[in-house]
Amino acid sequence: MSFFAITRATLAKDIRLEWRSKDAINAMLFFALLVVVIFSFAFDPTAEESRRIAGGLIWVAFLFAAVVALNQTWARELRNQVLDAYRVSPAPANPLFLAKAIGNFIFVSVLEALMTPLFIVFYKLRALGPGWELAPIALLGTWALVVNGTFFAAISLRTRSREIMLPLLLFPFSIPALLGMVNATTAVLTGEESAKFWIALLLAYDVVFTTACLLFFELVLEAE
Amino acid sequence: MNSMHYLYAAYIATWVIHGTYLTILVRKYSRIRKEMERKPSAISNQPSAGI
Amino acid sequence: MKRGFPILAIVTALLLSFALYEALIVAPTEQTMGNVQRIFYYHVPSAWTAFLLFAINFVASILYLIKRSENADILALVSAEVGVVFCTVVLITGPIWARPVWGIWWTWDLRLTLTLVLWLIYVSYLLLRRFSTGGKTPMIAAVVAIFGALDVPLVYFSIWFFRTQHPSPVIGAGGSLDPRMAHVLLINWAAFLCLAWLLCWTRYELEVAQRRVEESQAMESLMEGLQ
Repeated sequence: MSFFAITRATLAKDIRLEWRSKDAINAMLFFALLVVVIFSFAFDPTAEESRRIAGGLIWVAFLFAAVVALNQTWARELRNQVLDAYRVSPAPANPLFLAKAIGNFIFVSVLEALMTPLFIVFYKLRALGPGWELAPIALLGTWALVVNGTFFAAISLRTRSREIMLPLLLFPFSIPALLGMVNATTAVLTGEESAKFWIALLLAYDVVFTTACLLFFELVLEAE
Repeated sequence: MNSMHYLYAAYIATWVIHGTYLTILVRKYSRIRKEMERKPSAISNQPSAGI
Repeated sequence: MKRGFPILAIVTALLLSFALYEALIVAPTEQTMGNVQRIFYYHVPSAWTAFLLFAINFVASILYLIKRSENADILALVSAEVGVVFCTVVLITGPIWARPVWGIWWTWDLRLTLTLVLWLIYVSYLLLRRFSTGGKTPMIAAVVAIFGALDVPLVYFSIWFFRTQHPSPVIGAGGSLDPRMAHVLLINWAAFLCLAWLLCWTRYELEVAQRRVEESQAMESLMEGLQ
């Protein structure tokens, strides 16, 4: 089977499995809602201030939701010993990684799609800059979190305290991407600066780390 | 002269950090050496693994 | 320990004492900041040493991936650990310097922020090594080290651009450096490099000894199990 065929098949299987375990999805959606509400209680700014800090708040909320989602997805594989099956089979490891990453990306995007309207409402947000730029920012930013998150989640599988190991690894490495996401979003919301540099940075980050993850995933899978 | 306090604090902090690290290393090392001397047979005369 | 070790220890102690004398007595007093500026002679060499050690970690990790040599793995571990120690010194002396000079403990200037992020990355690297179970820890650690190295330029550019948008006081930026100060700076750097070498050597020997003990313990329980 070709690379993309394997990716597509694995992805389809993952989505089907995720859809069947609707409890997990519902719990995650409710968690996302809770995060937004808690943040709104904790940070209750005027409309003027909110434009300045909303970028940071939203992305931190997304980051936490992503970590919870990422911790789940590999755990299921481990439970069903799917990883061992992959290691034994002659199929290359990269399609597996890509499928996992895309699956996580879809999952986290769904969460973001739920959280965003709530943030807009609670913080009375309105983009003073070019609002369409928020789309590439969201896409590139989410991918940045998810690609490294999926990789580090796989690494964390064979560690003690697996759930804490993922954020411990992910947060420091994501700092440039976080700076990019937050500042780009703030730039668009306040309309005071251009987000172009930050979008370029996010793009560079995504390219570098997607390549690195694809290059090294085989080694990491072997090493389990 | 208040600023001199900061100068001394910085230098002392540096030495405390390096000194603590070095002390921990040396203590662990002497502990390990004692353990190695306790069971020299286990370490130097390992039977060849005819497994 | 091999014979060169006591010599290195003595040389390091002498050099550090001499460097201290140079920093406190010989170096001229800076005009605007006064004597507090002498923290510079500890802050900057520590930063350079930390960065050098992290670079060694990167090279050792690549070497491990290519050759799978245990020595490369131990070198990677050692350089990361000692690098974190020096990095900690930078992060502590920085705020101690900033407080009397600028009235604030912390500033998100390029060098300090970059140092903080490096510290975070390598602490998480060390935690990964500690928490990892199974025999392939060196491999996973090497991959994470490479990810760290890839991250560094991205971190640098993101902070740099952020700083050009939102300028703030810069710790330790001079214009050009008085040659007498540069002289003292280099002496201190040489002393700290010797200290780094000493710490790395000690840590290396410790790691080798620990691994040998662990191996023999594993061998023992294996033998007992067979009997």
